[in-house]
Amino acid sequence: MAESPFKEDIERVQKEYSEKMTLGAVAVIPGSSVVNKTGSWRVFMPEFNKDKCVRCFLCYIYCPEPAIYLDEENYPVFDYDYCKGCGICANECPTKAIVMVRETK
Amino acid sequence: MPIRTVMKANEAAAWAAKLAKPKVIAAFPITPSTLVPEKISEFVANGELDAEFIKVESEHSAISACVGASAAGVRTFTATASQGLALMHEVLFIAAGMRLPIVVAIGNRSLSAPINIWNDWQDTISERDTGWLQFYAENNQEALDLILIAYKVAENEKVLLPAMVGFDAFILTHTVEPVEIPDQELVDEFLGEYEPKHAFIDPHNPITQGTLAFPAHYMETRYLLWKANEAAKKVIDEAFAEFEKRFGRKYQKVEEYRTDDADIILVTMGSLAGTVKDYVDRAREKGIKVGAAKMTVYRPFPVEEVRELAKKAKVIALLEKNITFSVGGALFQDFSRALVNEDEKPKLVDFILGLGGRDVTFQNLDEALSIAEKALRGEKVDEVNWIGLRKEIL
Repeated sequence: MAESPFKEDIERVQKEYSEKMTLGAVAVIPGSSVVNKTGSWRVFMPEFNKDKCVRCFLCYIYCPEPAIYLDEENYPVFDYDYCKGCGICANECPTKAIVMVRETK
Repeated sequence: MPIRTVMKANEAAAWAAKLAKPKVIAAFPITPSTLVPEKISEFVANGELDAEFIKVESEHSAISACVGASAAGVRTFTATASQGLALMHEVLFIAAGMRLPIVVAIGNRSLSAPINIWNDWQDTISERDTGWLQFYAENNQEALDLILIAYKVAENEKVLLPAMVGFDAFILTHTVEPVEIPDQELVDEFLGEYEPKHAFIDPHNPITQGTLAFPAHYMETRYLLWKANEAAKKVIDEAFAEFEKRFGRKYQKVEEYRTDDADIILVTMGSLAGTVKDYVDRAREKGIKVGAAKMTVYRPFPVEEVRELAKKAKVIALLEKNITFSVGGALFQDFSRALVNEDEKPKLVDFILGLGGRDVTFQNLDEALSIAEKALRGEKVDEVNWIGLRKEIL
């Protein structure tokens, strides 16, 4: 499993982030939005079938978050911490290698 | 040496802005405030004021440009009135929430419909919940002075809130009065350079302003605004004291006039305070124990000063050019809040008058005083009274 390309940033923010209120609610740590794990908003989650994947990168290109990155073999990896389950990747996938399934938590 | 001259309140406001040396002025013309940005653009064009003058397409854009400039870390100024201030409404909350010390001059004017360009206080009073500081000038000199004081208070690190300074449409905006323009050097010493504390652009230390706050954080931002308004009370007193020391003109949040031994105190704001003080002199000659008080500061509401004032009278008559429908005037509500839990309190009688530029005459004040005297004698009177209504056309 490949690592998130944002791993360093996420770790830095998690280390520096404080909930302490600032004047004018100014966010003083760049990139602090990563503490808000938007994956918790998800209702449907993308399910990936590697056998059908042709490595066209369309899911990777279209993901608005971006919560999809590529592993060493250029297969997509889904970051479920930030994937909101919008379904754009499944919609764009030409081989139906990605399908959205209702997530039960 | 200060220059003694004559000018309209609009010009006095423009001069105040020039003396405060804002770096960005963004404004859209509206009656009765148009002359303020007009005069400032003249200062900028003549090279007398080193600032960016942004001509915008609406008041919403004017205040938004001020928010942007203030967030970038510079002193900003604009002027508007009435519908223009109403159009700024949503951005006023943003300016306060982002804690940006923007100063806005307001030529206090009524709101449509029907369209009316004349004086009352409905425009600024309607913005009383935005978190902004509010000052009201009695005359043109006060318009100039209070804008300088507004910057001093707004930029104080214990406060960091935007401020509006109101002066009555036409009665002040277009009326020429003697005004002393203070020395630039003294103003520079009084205000100093604006040094942003939290809101500025530094490419080496990027920050995000105007962020999203979830329910877990939003309420704390409101509480901090509440605290800043509370802190502003002391800072305003200090600014008034320093201003008096440097420029010799005294200001108080609640200015009392002949209130000692008064049975009735007439409380008002803005230019009406001048009329009322004159009226009090005449009533005193007739032996009526009446005094006056002027609210120079309306937000933060000076609760403590109002409680002190209330101890001096048996009846407080609130003379106000604004109305909250089905409730009464804003001062009536705020005085009620200040006094509701006091053990001993005067009777409050509210008078709505002078709306939409209706002249407030001594006859009107006679009418108000006679109702207040009835209340003093223990007779039952209406809590909210409309004075100077033309009943014959109703």
